[in-house]
Amino acid sequence: MSGTMQQGILAAERADGRRQALLVAGVLAICVAALAITGFFDAQRFAEGIPALAQLGSEMFPPDFSRWQFWMRPLLDTLAMSIAGTILAVILSLPLALLAAPNTTLHPALGHVTRLVLSFLRSVPELILGIIFVAAVGFGALPGVLALALHSVGMVGKFYAEAIEHADPRPVEAARAAGATRVQVITKAVLPQVLPQLADITIYRWEYHFRASTVLGIVGAGGIGFELIAALRLIAYDQVAAILITILACVVVVDSLGAALRRRLK
Amino acid sequence: MNDQRDRAVALRLIAAGVVYPNGTRALHSTSLDFAEGAFTVLLGPSGAGKSTLLRSLNGLVPLSEGHVETSRLGVVRGTRGWREHRRSTGMVFQQHQLIGRLTAFANVLTGRLGHHSTLRSLLPLSPAEKHLALDALERVGLLEFALRRADQLSGGQQQRVGIARALAQAPNLILADEPVASLDPATSERVLALLHDICRQDGLSAIVSLHQVDLARQFADRIIGIGGGRVVFDGPPKDLDEAAIRRIYGGTAPTPVHATRILETTP
Repeated sequence: MSGTMQQGILAAERADGRRQALLVAGVLAICVAALAITGFFDAQRFAEGIPALAQLGSEMFPPDFSRWQFWMRPLLDTLAMSIAGTILAVILSLPLALLAAPNTTLHPALGHVTRLVLSFLRSVPELILGIIFVAAVGFGALPGVLALALHSVGMVGKFYAEAIEHADPRPVEAARAAGATRVQVITKAVLPQVLPQLADITIYRWEYHFRASTVLGIVGAGGIGFELIAALRLIAYDQVAAILITILACVVVVDSLGAALRRRLK
Repeated sequence: MNDQRDRAVALRLIAAGVVYPNGTRALHSTSLDFAEGAFTVLLGPSGAGKSTLLRSLNGLVPLSEGHVETSRLGVVRGTRGWREHRRSTGMVFQQHQLIGRLTAFANVLTGRLGHHSTLRSLLPLSPAEKHLALDALERVGLLEFALRRADQLSGGQQQRVGIARALAQAPNLILADEPVASLDPATSERVLALLHDICRQDGLSAIVSLHQVDLARQFADRIIGIGGGRVVFDGPPKDLDEAAIRRIYGGTAPTPVHATRILETTP
């Protein structure tokens, strides 16, 4: 009796194993197909590409830092853009997040609409927003800041809303029981709970903004990226290398500063 | 019993019932008078409807039918009316419901929210408000822990902060929902004694839900037994005999914990 039952269990286990093997094979096939479609298996292009890369590398060496004093102002601009973009994003994100989070929204339908607006904002890449704002307000740091802020509202608003959604409902009930109004419940029972998470999200976003604002310079939206694209156009690869190293150093500084700030929140 | 009948009515529940949105009837039509200054215990097993009844008294659970009436406000209705009623009703919760990362002091101050307009509460509080909160902490013996984070206090201390928050409201009624259910027996008795003494000294009416028969006997002026969403017993502790306990705990299948508690406390 128990023998047939054990047979049954083993058969079921074998069927499970077959299903899993099939699944793994399927995922692998999709990955290989993706590599093939993008031309990864074209050996000839690699054969030609590797010497070209080597040539480029040799032209980048040694990096030319002679123009360093012309990069300080753009670097400062990039830093300012990252901070300005962050504060604008925070100011716009907080009210939208409160409308989006199911536990603080005024109406479920309004919550849905707000979440839709947020996902629309984050689906437009900041590079595209940068091009649009450069066309609208001209070259410089301002279009960069606007692009960073607007794209980030979609992301920061979503993360804020998720933090708010997971606030403990019990202190909220306690505040309601004490006769608190809706706004009092939000400012005195919800936000105090999630403030460390919101700050964490914000500082992380600032780190991201510094990296992203270097790219925005490429479309004319100010900062060190502008210098980078200028050096590239002049085919001055030794200067390109020097700028890249400078950016890398700044990113490391900003990231570790941000990480240190976020550790202090814990 | 007569003593209670003579006292003024602080709060009245009129033909009140609660059906939850999922269709569960948690409270059958119930009418109760709660006397001014009395310490009333709602006794019953988990899921009997104690919490629902208690929360309906300040509108945290909306009534499906019937009304709540107070001596000051009459029938409580409308957002404004409920807010007014909640302002003068302090609530103590089973899980304390404190904000862990805020200080005990900051948590007690949330008890003052109902006394301020939304706009006013965004500004710094007056020294008088702060002293009210500190007085409340002093009464529960936790003044020295005022600036300690709530999550760094013991369970019993957290519940005392919860009581202080209710007192900071300067209420005339205290609702306590299983205030000692997550505490050990010795701490339970101390916390409940503290709540009882404060209510007695200040002449506050208290309605407290409990599932421990012995604690109910020890502190209550009046015991209301709840079983299956109905009042199945209502009287002074001396009338709570074995038959009454069976009525309260027999209505729903009691969990083994309750069963042992009954055996321990039945003479």
